Amino acid sequence: MIHFLVRRLLLVVPALLGLMVLTFVLVRVVPADPAATLAGENSSRQQIEEIRAKYGFDRPLYRQFVIYVGQVLSGDLGNSVFSNRPVSADVRRTLPATIELTFVALLLATLIGIPLGTLAAVRHNGALDHIVRIATVGGLAVASFWFAIMLQLFFSMELEWLPLRGRIGVNIGAPANVTGFFLIDSLVEGRLDRFASALRHIALPAVTLALPALATIARFARVGVLDTMQRDFVQYETAIGYPHRRIVWVYVLRNSVITVITQIGLLFGALISSAVAVEAIFDWPGIGSYAVQAILAADYKAILAVTLVVGVIYALVNIAVDLVQGLLDPRVAAQL
Amino acid sequence: MKIVLAKFLRDLPAVLGLAIIVLGLLVAIFATQLAPHPGDAFQSNLLQRFKPPSDAFLFGTDNLGRDILSRVILGTRSAFLIAVVVVLAAMLIGVPLGLAAGYLGGWRTEAIMRLTDIVLAVPQLILALALAQLMKPGLWTAMLALTLTYWPFFTRTVYAETRRLKASLFVEALQGIGASTWRILFLHILPNAASPIIVRATIGMGFTILTAAVLGFLGVGATPPDPDWGLAIAESRKFLPETWWFAMFPGLAIFVAVLGFNLLGDGLRDLVDPRLRRSR
Repeated sequence: MIHFLVRRLLLVVPALLGLMVLTFVLVRVVPADPAATLAGENSSRQQIEEIRAKYGFDRPLYRQFVIYVGQVLSGDLGNSVFSNRPVSADVRRTLPATIELTFVALLLATLIGIPLGTLAAVRHNGALDHIVRIATVGGLAVASFWFAIMLQLFFSMELEWLPLRGRIGVNIGAPANVTGFFLIDSLVEGRLDRFASALRHIALPAVTLALPALATIARFARVGVLDTMQRDFVQYETAIGYPHRRIVWVYVLRNSVITVITQIGLLFGALISSAVAVEAIFDWPGIGSYAVQAILAADYKAILAVTLVVGVIYALVNIAVDLVQGLLDPRVAAQL
Repeated sequence: MKIVLAKFLRDLPAVLGLAIIVLGLLVAIFATQLAPHPGDAFQSNLLQRFKPPSDAFLFGTDNLGRDILSRVILGTRSAFLIAVVVVLAAMLIGVPLGLAAGYLGGWRTEAIMRLTDIVLAVPQLILALALAQLMKPGLWTAMLALTLTYWPFFTRTVYAETRRLKASLFVEALQGIGASTWRILFLHILPNAASPIIVRATIGMGFTILTAAVLGFLGVGATPPDPDWGLAIAESRKFLPETWWFAMFPGLAIFVAVLGFNLLGDGLRDLVDPRLRRSR
């Protein structure tokens, strides 16, 4: 297991290098003249030349790349044009909000999705099965930014049950920074009012993000359980008279959940993607809305940093998925 | 073939998906004839702003007094155009690379698959957003950005399939009688790998419509006054909650279109993939 972990972590190095090449190409090669793009539309020739020298665009590409890698490795992602702060500080500030949001969404999706998929499989071809199948395809067809607006329209504007935007009530204020997750930090302080406010604020964005994830999880849980139900050990356990419930919810589920876990890992990337638009709609101060601001302001340093950070998180999540698979299924661990 | 067709026709959701897509394509082709106010693509009628849905304007009117039904119908064009162009272009890049990677082996395989891994290492939307913004934002750059980020999905699929087929007897026989690599790849392996490619393409079109809508919504896709679904939803946000219809109907259009591709893709996958077929 440790051998596997070390090997997987070593594999992150070339992946990271690849990511840096990709982001480098994005910013230095895709725009015809990066200096002119950076300087903006109404800048003089001389301003452009100054920027060219300042950012080192006049040096050969490979030299520029080496400098860029050096900067990234020392944690220097440059300064953001629109927030006027170091990008690394911005990332540190916004990332916990996004992780909290995606985590709550995934939790919601898993807690509902796995039982739902299992129930559908148990009642194979029954009414519930058909409903779940239609709902899972439908859930993946909804544009999350639209769904977010519809939820706002109904629960915030029409019924006024839940707040329209933000992460916590303005008059209540953010909890002291311990983990960066408001739901945890507010409990650490023992401030239940803050916890309630944070919970009310996270509800709509989390539900928005959870919908497509829920659909995917329910779907794979259903297929996994259906597959497992056909295996010999189920027949054996039925024959010796184990209660049906125990067979389904303990033995079958445990054997089916492995494919679901892979999906949950893959979903993480999809969730961060949809978080980009969803955070912008709910003014959720995460890396998604930061990315949108950066992109609309053509803030290259920030765009680069977001792409890089998301890539790294994605790689780490994939390793975590492999590890959990190994823990759940001894056969997978044996191959590692 | 007959058996396959019969099986497909028994799969009601898939048939529904196909019907939605065919209908959508027809709407896209005859959009100007079908739209009750085809001129509303570009001109505004300020006297008729924010009319709620009624007999005259089934989906209501928007902030410039344009008929939303007409704009939803006209928007079908760009949605289907993006889906088809992006997926075809991504196929043109991804499929040959997948064939080469699966068949050639050695450093060429390594190079192609590592490149694929790198592009897949960043969520597609984020990469497409960055690309679309760095080039000049617009409908065609959005398509280019989506293509450049979608081809690896085809490469992955075709790579796995080619490796499987390479080991089969008929390929060995072809090599034995001296068929050229090109011939084996494009005339023999490609047709045998067609089913997973078609499934991937169908699902990819639905996915592309969704992603393109997000790009439009965030302002790096279609530009006003184009009748684009994502763009319309973005414009509607300023006028909520009063004009709910402005936001609702373009989103429903996205939902129906994507649903069509997803239903058909699922049905095709069940036909093609015996492993999943068994579990239904």
